[in-house]
Amino acid sequence: MERRLILPYGNAEELKRIEAGDYVLLSGTLYVGRDQVHKRLSIMIEEKESLPFPFKGNGIYYMGPSPRVPGFALGSAGPTTSQRMDPYSPALMREGLLLMVGKGPRKKEVREAIVKYSGLYLQAFGGCGALYSERIKKAEVVAFEDLGPEALLKLEVEDFPTICVIDSLGRCPYSLS
Amino acid sequence: MLQKLEKEIKEKVIEASRTLPPDVAAAIKAAYEREEKAEARIVLKAILDNIDIAGKTGLPLCQDTGLFWTLISYAKDSPYPLSDLVDTTERALSKAAEEGLFRKSIVSEPVFDRCNTGTNMPPVITIELIEGKVSTIDILLKGFGSENCSAVRTLNPTAGKDGVVNAVVDMVREAGGKPCPPMFLGIGIGGSVDRAALLSKKALIAKVRHKDERYSDLEEEILERVNELSIGAGGLGGKATALEVNILYTPTHIAGLPVALSISCWADRKAHIAVGEELWKED
Repeated sequence: MERRLILPYGNAEELKRIEAGDYVLLSGTLYVGRDQVHKRLSIMIEEKESLPFPFKGNGIYYMGPSPRVPGFALGSAGPTTSQRMDPYSPALMREGLLLMVGKGPRKKEVREAIVKYSGLYLQAFGGCGALYSERIKKAEVVAFEDLGPEALLKLEVEDFPTICVIDSLGRCPYSLS
Repeated sequence: MLQKLEKEIKEKVIEASRTLPPDVAAAIKAAYEREEKAEARIVLKAILDNIDIAGKTGLPLCQDTGLFWTLISYAKDSPYPLSDLVDTTERALSKAAEEGLFRKSIVSEPVFDRCNTGTNMPPVITIELIEGKVSTIDILLKGFGSENCSAVRTLNPTAGKDGVVNAVVDMVREAGGKPCPPMFLGIGIGGSVDRAALLSKKALIAKVRHKDERYSDLEEEILERVNELSIGAGGLGGKATALEVNILYTPTHIAGLPVALSISCWADRKAHIAVGEELWKED
């Protein structure tokens, strides 16, 4: 069924209501990080440093945009392959970052962590960077500017379309985990 | 030198980042029309909307504008030296990346520092000789979600048709939803491992017309078998795992049967330039 999720979300129940197979439209704040951001965040967690954005109530989108096109907040901005983030995701969930948006399969460990912490994995549509760019109203760099297209971003999104492929109970009706 | 050609390459490459070849777009549309699974229909509809938005706005179809995979086919009777053709191509690609607002996706060294070159350069260039006067340049904007799923297998020489089909099905199964299906499959068979890999990329350039019908049949069989995997659009099941299979083959050793698979995501972006007289002759 079609559901809407406003970010940041207020309580964990909002994530638990969403079931695998649901068409989920996101609106509000969405943070962006991919390979290098994950590596750095996990080092910061290990070294108990303060994190560059509040994990609780927020979600992270695996994406590295192309340069900004005039008239838009960014350039093309579709999801990248989630699996490369798998080694880091359980630690981030443990710290409260429960909502993940990417594309493609996740490893067993991630699915288990989703069950353990009641997380949620949403899939955005691979390759649809122009469509997603239209749904991003604002974008700013929050940290790691040196990473260029891989920097940690904060977005304001509106009706950002996804499909829930692993829900908080770990259910995944697709060959994606 | 070769300024008209430089402009032509640049413009075609920028266009390729925003507009799919008509046959690719038509194949996706047909896949949407015959799809029955609800989630796969949502994905295919999003892809069609995305194609539409990119065409209207100048946004690249995908943020991964790819690595410039380039094949320069140099005609032996060309009236200009090969080095001019290579230099012109490199200049054009560099300008396309800048003016087309391509993502800077290339790192200068693969293992340790992985520093971004900041220019989307260098391209991967292969040079071949062809007969005649008209050189050609083919460029694939090779996204790496799908490239990471490309693979080579060295089969037993007696593996035959079934061995080839099974190997490809296996590689596609392994890829699953990662390469942004629906996919386009380029297959290279024979030669050495590197030659098979090169042929698999060339097989993504354009539909191959086989003299030997057995290879057309093999393409059809592979397409059918791969679609039985039901990976489907976005990896969410349904009919549209792959939309096209192209095979190129070449002689090989008595002891071997190399099979290479190059996978393109649905955004099968490419540019073809035939370097006719109008492009190299100065005004």
